[in-house]
Formats: sequence, structure tokens, C-alpha cells
Amino acid sequence: MAIKRISGPLVVAEGLSSGIGEVVRLGKKRIIGEVIRIRGKEFFIEAYEDTSSLGVGEEVEETHFPLSVVLGPGMLGKIYDGLQRALDSMLSKEGIFIHGKEDYFPLDTNKKWDFYPLVKKGDKVREGQIIGKVREGNIDHFILVPLGFHGEVNSIKEGSFTVKDPICTIENKEVFLYQRWPIRKPRPYLSKLDIKSPLVTGQRVIDFLFPIGEGGKAAIPGPFGSGKTVLQHQLAKWASSDIVVYVGCGERGNEMADLLESFSNLVDSNGNPLLQRTVLIANTSNMPVAAREASIYVGITIAEYFRDLGYKVSVMADSTSRWAEALREISGRLEEMPGEEGYPSYLGSRLAEFYERAGKVKTLSGKEGSVTVIGAVSPPGGDLSDPVSQNTLRLVRCFWGLDAKLAYSRHYPAINWGISYSLYIDDLEEWFKKSVGNDYKFLREWILNTLNKSDEIQQIANLVGFNALPDQEKETLKIARLIKEGFLIQSAFDENDAYSSLKKQYIIVKAIKLLYDKEMDKILKGQKFDEIKDNDFVQTILKMKIMKDDEIEKEFEKLSYDLQRI
Amino acid sequence: MIYKEYSNITQVDSSLIFVEGLEAPKYNEVVKIFSNLGSLEGQIIDASSNISVIQVFGNMLGLDPKSVRILPKGKPYSIKLNEELIGRIFNGRFYPIDNGPSIIKGEEYDVNGYPINPYARETPNSFVETGISVIDGLITLAKGQKLPLFSGSGLPHNKIAVQISSQAKVSDNTLIVFGAMGVNSDEARFLINEFRERGLLRKTVSFINLASDPSIERILLPRIALTTAEYLAYEKGYDVIVILTDITNYCETLREISSAKKEIPGRRGYPGYMYTDLASIFERSGVLKGKKGSITQIPILTMPQDDITHPIPDLTGYVTEGQITLSRRLHKLGIYPPIDILSSISRMMNNAIGKGKTREDHSSLSSQLFASYSEYIEVSRLMELVGEGALSEDDLSLIRFGRKFEKEFINQGFNERRGIENTLNKGWEVLSEIKPERLTRLKQEFINKYGKWNKE
Repeated sequence: MAIKRISGPLVVAEGLSSGIGEVVRLGKKRIIGEVIRIRGKEFFIEAYEDTSSLGVGEEVEETHFPLSVVLGPGMLGKIYDGLQRALDSMLSKEGIFIHGKEDYFPLDTNKKWDFYPLVKKGDKVREGQIIGKVREGNIDHFILVPLGFHGEVNSIKEGSFTVKDPICTIENKEVFLYQRWPIRKPRPYLSKLDIKSPLVTGQRVIDFLFPIGEGGKAAIPGPFGSGKTVLQHQLAKWASSDIVVYVGCGERGNEMADLLESFSNLVDSNGNPLLQRTVLIANTSNMPVAAREASIYVGITIAEYFRDLGYKVSVMADSTSRWAEALREISGRLEEMPGEEGYPSYLGSRLAEFYERAGKVKTLSGKEGSVTVIGAVSPPGGDLSDPVSQNTLRLVRCFWGLDAKLAYSRHYPAINWGISYSLYIDDLEEWFKKSVGNDYKFLREWILNTLNKSDEIQQIANLVGFNALPDQEKETLKIARLIKEGFLIQSAFDENDAYSSLKKQYIIVKAIKLLYDKEMDKILKGQKFDEIKDNDFVQTILKMKIMKDDEIEKEFEKLSYDLQRI
Repeated sequence: MIYKEYSNITQVDSSLIFVEGLEAPKYNEVVKIFSNLGSLEGQIIDASSNISVIQVFGNMLGLDPKSVRILPKGKPYSIKLNEELIGRIFNGRFYPIDNGPSIIKGEEYDVNGYPINPYARETPNSFVETGISVIDGLITLAKGQKLPLFSGSGLPHNKIAVQISSQAKVSDNTLIVFGAMGVNSDEARFLINEFRERGLLRKTVSFINLASDPSIERILLPRIALTTAEYLAYEKGYDVIVILTDITNYCETLREISSAKKEIPGRRGYPGYMYTDLASIFERSGVLKGKKGSITQIPILTMPQDDITHPIPDLTGYVTEGQITLSRRLHKLGIYPPIDILSSISRMMNNAIGKGKTREDHSSLSSQLFASYSEYIEVSRLMELVGEGALSEDDLSLIRFGRKFEKEFINQGFNERRGIENTLNKGWEVLSEIKPERLTRLKQEFINKYGKWNKE
């Protein structure tokens, strides 16, 4: 039971009886580790904390449990590290630096929750069924029969309890407000459901051009400085989810602080702080690499749990490339045969396992819930041929490709319309028709066509100059520019612009189309491009994005009235 | 504690010693190495009951393996720190090179440091005025940010670093920690002389590893520098600006060691963990809850062949909060500081500007300057092809704007300090070359209030 070798996060020990995937504690510091390979007498262990000063010959303590999370009331608004240790408790106990001295139970064990039972003594229950609820923030936090429990309810209480008080017994086994679940095992559900409605993000270029279905999967690849993180933050803030799990995986500490601060200050439409619907997982780039690998699974398991309570959940993972690098580092230390660029050959299947945990489902309790996954990818040099990008592209159905060139001219979000796509368009068409407008599909295609046409014309203009273009093409360029400035560009920092309702999106597009039709008509009738005086209209359209919803409707009516009279 | 010496050496590489049979070696433990070369230090990077691997800090040229004796010290690489080190100059192993005494008193700190709890961080949101228009106006630095200079060989990054260090006003309690890795002696002399002439030296702690010094010390140097910075910031309450140059040399050493260890190489031979390694340096900055001081980092790197997609700038860019990129084109035009704003960005800018911090119009003004300058670059390319005659009046106004912007806004003296008001007003001035209707990112109220059109 002693350590034989330590090489970074890889520890080799002998004389254990653990199985693969089980947690062990290493040495005097009781560093958390996971058995990842057994070869003869040798147990290879991935250490989840810094192994500095861990010595050969120190003891290994076995738990015989897989790496698990604690699920129950009290997770919302919390910030955890990659192993679900509460960072706020850690700060008050250890100070500003992380030493990982002790275990931090993820839930507040002193807080009392008012539990209302929803089943009676003598009822027969099965796993995953709802037995009661507590009120947490703005949601009903249902308490589920833990997996592996079923049969008759022997007793059930009502009243005020902490998470560690038993509230019910089923077939003589105690049930608590919390339960544990191994992070690498997807939580079961009854069946997967078709995706028919979008996750509304309030980001115009996404909702209108490349929408993502609720329960869908999307990737955001882009070089550094193209605004991946800001976009992820925007989605976390504004997406139409009940719960958001944000995993900062190998990214910057200051950004997590920024996110935490703005989530505390921002409120949703009911006046509740956004933080109350959020679980943050922060394993920053300088925290132990192996825990980075775990953090993604911790995040998705928490998301699945809220899904099982019947909620719409989204998971933002920033960045999956850093997670893959953690895989690569461990694989290298294990001296496995490397695949492409040194990544292990199982990179693709690990990524698939992760993204496959997304989806809209009928839960074991019969409710509907969903997990939408949005993963950022950080390809080296912005080159999408890297193995992480390529494997991810095969798995996701929505691709928002960020472009350094757009970002350089401060066109944010820098989503390149030429390379991005959404495969949810057909599934969502009905919904958009009903909820946005009958002509949604037509308008969407018109925008994409105009942008693509203008890109082609621009290439010609770059050779011959703008003045040498025919008037119709000049008009297309002008309108494309208006689409970019007035519609696609969206400021994350303007209070009215940061979130754009679908109604507002639709009206802006309608307004631009109206102007285009009118002017194109005139040009076809022989009017010169330079003679069209439309600065007032253009200015009005440009201002629409910072208007409130009720203003924009009036403004649109006025605009269409004025346009008819010229 | 009884120390025991070991001499069962099985292999010696350029920077590694393999030793058999250490008793209870610890990972990252420091060892003393006695040999025919005298005394060196090293660190256990693979601790094993069989053969352990030691990375040696120092030059092993002429080493006789038979003469080697290893003495484990039982703890990671640590230094003792007290406030007397302010104003001093050290080498990459914390030995003084200014003829002053060694620092031997004070509390002991592990140079590897510990990760900062993300929950302990406060968002960097106070404006740092550097007095350089292009930085303050468009790539604004915030206290606690890490904002690197992406340079190329022959570009004036050292001058900019000096100008920032002497003009940047974080607070009245500002110190500079300066770490030079693998710089040549001319550069080091230039920097030290400039610091001295500007009276900065007494507010600076310098760590210098010259190109001729052992390259392996470059791995230790930034860690020692940042441990010092953390001590000064979080225990003594100073606002510390850390300047590290040249990260490229640091990464070269990282690659050298990795290949000596026979690790599987990542892109262009750099180790796969280079991102994590760089993060362990750059993340040691910030403003923390309940701490008076702060660490702001301005690392400098030279991009090999000016290639921003090279792994060194690429991975740095992914860790840091933006970058200031220098441009050879502007440098050739004689513009100083030759900063290419389009490929530069400060991610903390939006938190550090605006009403009460700089001025209400700052955000939309900078967005407009970026947009118009990017249009100028497009149009000037077109002009090279078709000539000025084929351009429309709007395009010509962009050309006038761009040239004026480069000459009057970006360009400024090495010793010139511009206040933020001055900078923003200059921004409006150069924009006045373009018709206000073309400026779609500016709010009308700001155009009325700050615009310079009427004066013409």
C-alpha cells in the first residue's frame, strides 16, 4: 500500500485492491487520486492535486468508490473547483491560495430546508421518482428516489431538515435530501425526445441565423481574442434555460471572477439574480491539470441531475481544448501510443461520450427535461484541422465559427456567417413560423444570400473599386453593411443591446428588407444609386438594436409609413 | 534532520541526472549536487523507489559522473524574502549580482507558488493610465491584468516596456519586478540604465539571466520573480507591475528540457503541457479580496518570424487577457510605438473604462476608431491596386483619417506622457476627417458633445 513513483500528476503504487476508476487518497496530504491503470502489482493513479512534496514510500488510502458528485439542494449560486469542492469555504479556511488541505462538502450542511413530501407511507416507489420537494431560490427542487432504491415507503417526514438529516426510509434504507452519483456514468432517463424548440439566446446572429435546439449540441471554435469567452458568458447570462452550469476548464481566473460578479449583479425578468440559476465550476489554467479533466464530467453530471428534476439546463464548457490537453498529458505520462498531435487515440470517443450526454429527455419521473451543451474549442493558431476541432465537428449539430478578422474590426460576436451552420433549422422551422413570423425562413435565407452575394461583390470591388460597380451591386453592398452594423453586431456591454428579443430581431430584419425592396425597386426603375437619399432611414434602423421592445414597434410602423411615401 | 548523500548515478544528460536508490524521494524536492564542478542545485522531477530523475539548475559541462554526490533537501525550491530586496538586482537563482548582500532573512516561500482561489479574485476594473495614447485609448490596461507585448526581433519592445514602467500609475505605492530571461547584455544594460536614469531602480527588483547564463535557470527565474511579486503585493500591500522578457527564450528552454526528458513533443517540438506551464506563470497576477496590493503583468515575447500563430504567441494569447501586437510596417514608417491595433486587444478594457473611470464616450469612441481603421486598411489596399483616382470621396476621407490616426494618435514621443482626456480628444480630432454619418458606432449625443467637426 505504498507509493513507488511520482511523476507529475501520475503516481504509481503497489499492493492495492482498488478497481479501475476508484478513488484513493495519497500520502499524508490525502491527495485525491483515481486508479486509471492496473498492471500486475502496479496501480497507476492520476492525482487530482499538486503532487509537490509527495514522497515515495508514503501510504495510499483506498475508498473503493468511484469519483462522484454530491447532488442536492444548495448547489445553485455556488462556485466549485473541478472536484466539486466549494471554493468559498476553501477561501475562508485556507486563504487566497489553494492548498487543498481538507475535504469540503459541496453543500451547506447547516442550512435547513423546508421539505414537503409528495408520497405517503405505504406508497410503492421506483428509482428516479419524485418523493417530495424543497424550495430553492426560484425553483422547486424535487427530491428523487436515489438510483438503486425501490419498493415501499416505510416512513416519510415533513418539516425543516439539513441535507444530512434522513427524511424518508424506503425498504428500510434511509433517504436524504442529497444523493451521490459517479461523474463518468450518464444518469439514466426514460427516453430521448425530438428537438422541436430552440434555446433562445437573445444573440441575433445565433437565434436568427444559426439557432440551437433546446437539448442540442453546439461548438464555438475560434482563435484567441475572437471572443469565445465573452460569447459563452453572454449565452450563460441570457439563454432561456432554467439552470446554467458553467464550466471554466483551464481558463483564466479573472474571467471567472468577472462572471461571478456580473451574475451577482444581473437579474432575470422576475428580478432574481442570475447567480441563483447558475452553478459555476472553476478549474482555472493554473489549477491541477487532472482535475481539469474531471471538471467537465462534474459539470455535465450536475446538469443531468437538474434535467432529471424536470428543468431546461444548459452547460457551457470553456474550453474543451484544455480538457483534451489534460487527457494528452496523462496519456503521455502513461506512455501510451500517441495518436494525432500527441493526443491519445481515444480522444474522439471521450469527446463523443461527453456530447452524447446532451439531449431532451423524458425523465424517470415522467417529466421533460433537457441538457443543452455548448463547448468552446481553442484550436492552435485558429487552425480548425486540429484533432480536437475535427472530432468535435463530427459530434455537434451547431457550429458557430469565430473569425479573427471580424474580431480585429471589432465585429462582435465574431461569428463568421460563411462557415457557420445549424443543422437544427429544419427541426425548428415550425416553431419559428408560429412564434416569430410566417416569413422567418424566407427572411433568414434572404439575409444569408445578401451576405454571401456581398462577399463576392466585395472581392470584385477590391479589384476595380466601388465606383466602378453597377448600381444594383452597390445597393447590395450597402444593405449588407447595414445588416452587419444594424443586426449582426451586438454589444455585450450595452444594457439594451446585450439581449435582443426574438420580436426585436424580427423587426430589425423586416425593416432592413423593407428598405432594400424600396431602393432596389427604384434602382431598377432607373434611379441612380448616388441619388438615393436615405440617411434618416439608415440611422433609424441602426438605432433599433438599442431600443426597447415597445419603442421598436412604433418606430417600425413609422418607418414603413415613411418609406411608402418616398 | 540528518541528510544523506547518494552517489549511485546511472545516467547524465545535458541537464538531467539519473540516480538510483534514493530513500523516500519527494516530487519537486530540491537536491544539492556536489561534483568536480563544485556545488550545483537540482530538483527531482521523477521520484521513484528505483531510478529518480533530477533536473539540474546550472551548466554541467565537464561534469564527471563519478564525482557526483546528491544531497536531498527534503523540500521544494524555496527562497527567503524580506523588504530589503527592493532596489536590488539578482540572477536567475536569486544570487545578488549588484555586489550587495544575499537575502537570507525572512519567511521562506516555495517558488512554485500555489494557485490563487478563483473565488478570491476581484475583477480587474480600475484603469491604469500608461500615458501612451494607443494603449490607454484602445487597448486599455486594468490593474491586475496580464497584458503581453507581442513583438518581433528588432522592434522597440524594450522601449515600450520602459515607457510603460516609468509612466504607468497604478497607485503611489507602485513597484516593478523585472525579470529578464536569456536577454543579451546590451539589452539588459539598456533596460537597467533606463531604469536608473528615470529613478526607477530604487522601486524595482530585477532578476537577470543573460543569454550567456545557463539556460536552465530561465525555468526558475520567472517563478522566483513572481514569488517575490506575490510577497510584495499580497503581504506588503504594493501594487506590483511585473515585466518578464523574453517569454520566447523561456519556451525554448522548456522545449530543450522536454526533449532531454524524451517526452512526446507537441506542436513544433514544444511540450504538450506548455499551455499549462505558461499559465502557471501568467495566472500569478490579479487583485484579490481583502488584499491591498495587486500584480499586473506585462510579459514580452518576440514572435518567431512575426508569426502570431506560432505556438509561443498562440498559447500565450490563450492564457493572457489580451495582447499588444507590434507592427513592422508601422516601425518602418517611423511610428513609435508601432502598435498594430487591429491584432491587439485588452479583454479587461470594458471593465476599466467609461464614466467615472475614464470618460463616458470612451467605449464607443474606441469601437469607432477600430472600425474605421480597419476600413482604412481595406481601402488603402484597394488604393494600391486602382490608384487614388478611382476612390470615392468617402474612401478618400478614410485614407486621410488613417494616415492622421497613425501619425498623430498612435505616434508619440518616448518621453511624452499623454493624459486620458488628451488621448480621447485626439481620437475625436482624427475622426473628424470622416463625415459623421459614416460613423455608425458613435452615439449622437457624444458626437454633439465631443465631436471636432464644427471647428474646421
